[in-house]
Amino acid sequence: MADDFPRARTAIAGLATYGLGEAPGESAIELAAQASRLALADAAIRLDEVDGLFVCLPSDFLGGLSFAEYLGIRPLFTDNNRTGGSAFMSHVATAALALEAGAIDVALIAYGSNQRTGGGKLATPAKNNDYDAPYRPLFPVSSYALAAARHLHQYGTTREQMAEVAVAARAWANTNPEAFAKGPLSVVDVLASRMISSPISARDCCLVTDGAAAIVMTRADRARAGPKPAVAVLGAAAATWWQAIAQAPDPTITAAAESGARALAMAGLTPADVDVVQLYDAFTINVILFLEDLGFCPKGEGGRFVSDGRIAPGGALPVNTNGGGLSCCHPGMYGLFAIVEAARQLRGEAANQIVGAEIGLAHGNGGTLSSQATVILGSAATL
Amino acid sequence: MSGPEAHWRASLDSGRFLIQRSVNGGEAVFPPRIAAPGSGEALEWVEACGLGTVYSVTIIGRRPPEPDYNVVLVDLDEGVRMMSRVEGVEPGAVRIGMRVAARIIREDDKPLLVFDPLETQHGG
Repeated sequence: MADDFPRARTAIAGLATYGLGEAPGESAIELAAQASRLALADAAIRLDEVDGLFVCLPSDFLGGLSFAEYLGIRPLFTDNNRTGGSAFMSHVATAALALEAGAIDVALIAYGSNQRTGGGKLATPAKNNDYDAPYRPLFPVSSYALAAARHLHQYGTTREQMAEVAVAARAWANTNPEAFAKGPLSVVDVLASRMISSPISARDCCLVTDGAAAIVMTRADRARAGPKPAVAVLGAAAATWWQAIAQAPDPTITAAAESGARALAMAGLTPADVDVVQLYDAFTINVILFLEDLGFCPKGEGGRFVSDGRIAPGGALPVNTNGGGLSCCHPGMYGLFAIVEAARQLRGEAANQIVGAEIGLAHGNGGTLSSQATVILGSAATL
Repeated sequence: MSGPEAHWRASLDSGRFLIQRSVNGGEAVFPPRIAAPGSGEALEWVEACGLGTVYSVTIIGRRPPEPDYNVVLVDLDEGVRMMSRVEGVEPGAVRIGMRVAARIIREDDKPLLVFDPLETQHGG
């Protein structure tokens, strides 16, 4: 399989978040534009230098076109890919290849959503297919629940172990000024929360917030010359194995097993080399599935792995150090926020900074465990 | 000429539960396709035996007085998986591994496949 990647030849030169939590009165495209403005300023790159535009707006089918118009730029390449919350990891992969090829010089990757103050629920045009819809599965939570139920059945995973993921996320959020959900949260609290679609309860579900993020990518030489520490893109791979959960051969094994292995191989690294892990935690079961599929623990061991505070502050493996989608923010498609948190860790400026973090992994999930994409990032020292 | 999805729905509307399989004796296919996924082999229609096993189940919790309901994935004996629901038992009684049999009902003026638990077979 040809899977060449320009390892450490491109980098994140600038990044920003904007309006996390609640941004009343601001539209999705305004939020995305604000984050973009801040990320470009962070990189000291002018808007008119952006010639590669990568964007996903939650309910704008042709958002790439709208955003180019809004910013007033005429990109050489516009990517409006819609693989769900993993889209931004795919954007990084495509941008790296386009930058390396010389097709573009400056890639802007952006996202914005006002789903909390604009509607109060997940803003997405995605839905159940016509074969599944008559049975009224809640979209998308019931699909994750059917995978979680199998995980509990096949491996003896417990709801308490799922709850540990939410508890760890909250502990990280409690010391992150940017995080939306704060305050004490215990395993008992999670178990006692309202059952949405068994075995997933309300506190197993990510937040519904507003928010925007943006990153600016250039070739490594330019990023190194920028005002902020460059974050090397060491590997990026995406994999798609199904759309509907009913079509998953085994819904406890996701395409993260492929995207993670490929991205790590591109980077020449193994899971043991990764210092910080940022996973798309739409639901607590995601973290368990992805830690297994990405190779941090054997398949079926994820529930035990996340127990006893191992992924919480002070634990052996820092996971979702911003509080994740469960407690920091979840504006509909979280992938870019995982990338930003990984990059902040590697720049040494995260709210919950992991001392000496050199290698970060950001993993995105799209659809119903359908599209998986993994990005491996390195500190400036890896360039 | 209609596509395979329309043919499948029309058959279900006339009381027949069809699935596809490769003409070369390959694996069964569902949902209906114009060719076998992955291989592109030609497909033929066959009558599903209608028996299956619950592969996964979730209970959707609702605020009273609305009743909770189940959504299941069923593995048909032919080897394909589909979403459905199990009727005739309390939602909480639906278990992974439960043997079930298909039944065609009408809902919202359309045919719909649901499953009933098979009676426990003694001495069989």
